[in-house]
Amino acid sequence: MRIAGKILVSTYALAVYGFIFLPVIVLVLFSLQATSFPIPPFTGPSLRWYEAVLADARLTSALFNSVLVALLSSALAVALGFLAAWGFARYHLPRSGLMRGLITLPLTVSYLIIGMGLLILFNAAGIPKSLIVAGIGHVVINLPLCFAIIYSQMGDHQVNIERAARDLGAPEWKVLFLVSVPVLWPAIFASFFLSMTFSWDEFVISFLLTRFDTTLPVEIWNLLRSGLNPRTNAIGSLVFGVSIVLALLLELAFLRRSRR
Amino acid sequence: MNESPPGRLLPWALVTPAFLWTLVFFVLPFVAMAVLSFLEHGGGRATFDNYRQFFDNPSYWRAMVNSLEVTLTVTAISVLIAYPFAWILAEVVPPRLQRLALVLAILPFWTSYVVRSYSWLLVLAQNGVVNQALTGSGLVDAPLQIANTRAATVIGFVHFFVMLLTLTIFANLKQLSPSYRRAAADLGAGPVRTFLHVILPLTLPGIMVGAFLTFVLAIGDYITPQILGGNNELLMPQLIMMQIGRRGDFPLASALAIILMVVVTIAYLFCARWLKIERA
Repeated sequence: MRIAGKILVSTYALAVYGFIFLPVIVLVLFSLQATSFPIPPFTGPSLRWYEAVLADARLTSALFNSVLVALLSSALAVALGFLAAWGFARYHLPRSGLMRGLITLPLTVSYLIIGMGLLILFNAAGIPKSLIVAGIGHVVINLPLCFAIIYSQMGDHQVNIERAARDLGAPEWKVLFLVSVPVLWPAIFASFFLSMTFSWDEFVISFLLTRFDTTLPVEIWNLLRSGLNPRTNAIGSLVFGVSIVLALLLELAFLRRSRR
Repeated sequence: MNESPPGRLLPWALVTPAFLWTLVFFVLPFVAMAVLSFLEHGGGRATFDNYRQFFDNPSYWRAMVNSLEVTLTVTAISVLIAYPFAWILAEVVPPRLQRLALVLAILPFWTSYVVRSYSWLLVLAQNGVVNQALTGSGLVDAPLQIANTRAATVIGFVHFFVMLLTLTIFANLKQLSPSYRRAAADLGAGPVRTFLHVILPLTLPGIMVGAFLTFVLAIGDYITPQILGGNNELLMPQLIMMQIGRRGDFPLASALAIILMVVVTIAYLFCARWLKIERA
């Protein structure tokens, strides 16, 4: 009976792992064959399509754009989120709950609707589509996340350290940058990399708000028109690799926090 | 605290940038969208036609029904698959391996939506892995048409949300104090009764949070149904994008988006009693 239970449990767990990994394995495996259709049977390893993808100027410039938008929009989202979190946690502001609620509200609205709203606003203001406009959209989706993460990590024990710094004569800006930022570093680090992954993977806002110069997910979307295509496998595998690196950095940031 | 004027201004200087950003780039666009939804396409006259169209046109109405059917199916299947899986990770896997097991279980979660949906297209295509395995083993005579159907959309969604729900349910199970289980055992309950009367009710709030998240994210997603389901039947996000893309009809798109948001709000009110998110 116990053995039967163990077999059942292991089979179930393996089946779910199989389901979770099936598409990723198929994606990566068939990016590594030279034929022009990424379908079975597997015909041996080849880096042909990776070479093709890296030689494709549209894809490489989209990759560069994606990195740029992810870095800048995440940095801005973390900066705004951190300052606001610090302000709300350390000072008594009137209607603080309402304002905090407003800042976290975009978390509940789908990216499609956020992107559409921005498109309507910028259309009305006569501002053309561009990477900058898409970057603004990415800050809108990531700011509430950064704010919520950093705010939740602000405990009262940090107040005492800040008070000590003030008592020793540190001006407020020094308390902020030399005491609070280092103490909250794991939360800042985590929210930055989480924002990076979300911006890096984000499609619908970039799709609506950019035109010719665009981000990698939109360029991949354009590739999809040609159906199953080994180039899509190769670039998709590369994107997956980058996302995994970001996720692992995030995991490290959280591990560092939990060890303290 | 500090009573000097610059000291009183400082807290405002800290929170104003984030507040203004949200106001200008989130609230204002939403207001613009709401106003636009009451305007005529092309002309500027006020009208209820955009909303009336939704209720009059059966194909628009159908998109909402499709969306609700797909989303509820996905939520139910995902919870049913994820709960036992999260339970195995939390209770059966040895503690020192749990972190690794969980990180592995959500690794593909980090792939971009577009790439993940494309990967499922590879798996489910007419000449893809699943069909070649099925025909090769003689289980079916002709390849199954899975891609470009509702089944493909559901599979793509379930894949994503099983990972998300595993994460939330796992966290929930780990938070349970072992003393509940011991108390149940002391009072003579077997493993099945302990699970049904103690563990399951205690993890229900976590399940509801996860299910609500699944509902919200799935009903607003354009990518998965567009890539996997194709254009045979439309879900709400596809209908909205179609108004923007092909027809440039922003007022109608706005009205449809607002109707979608109302549905999500109703779902929120329905789940609200379980969704009291606690502050650390």
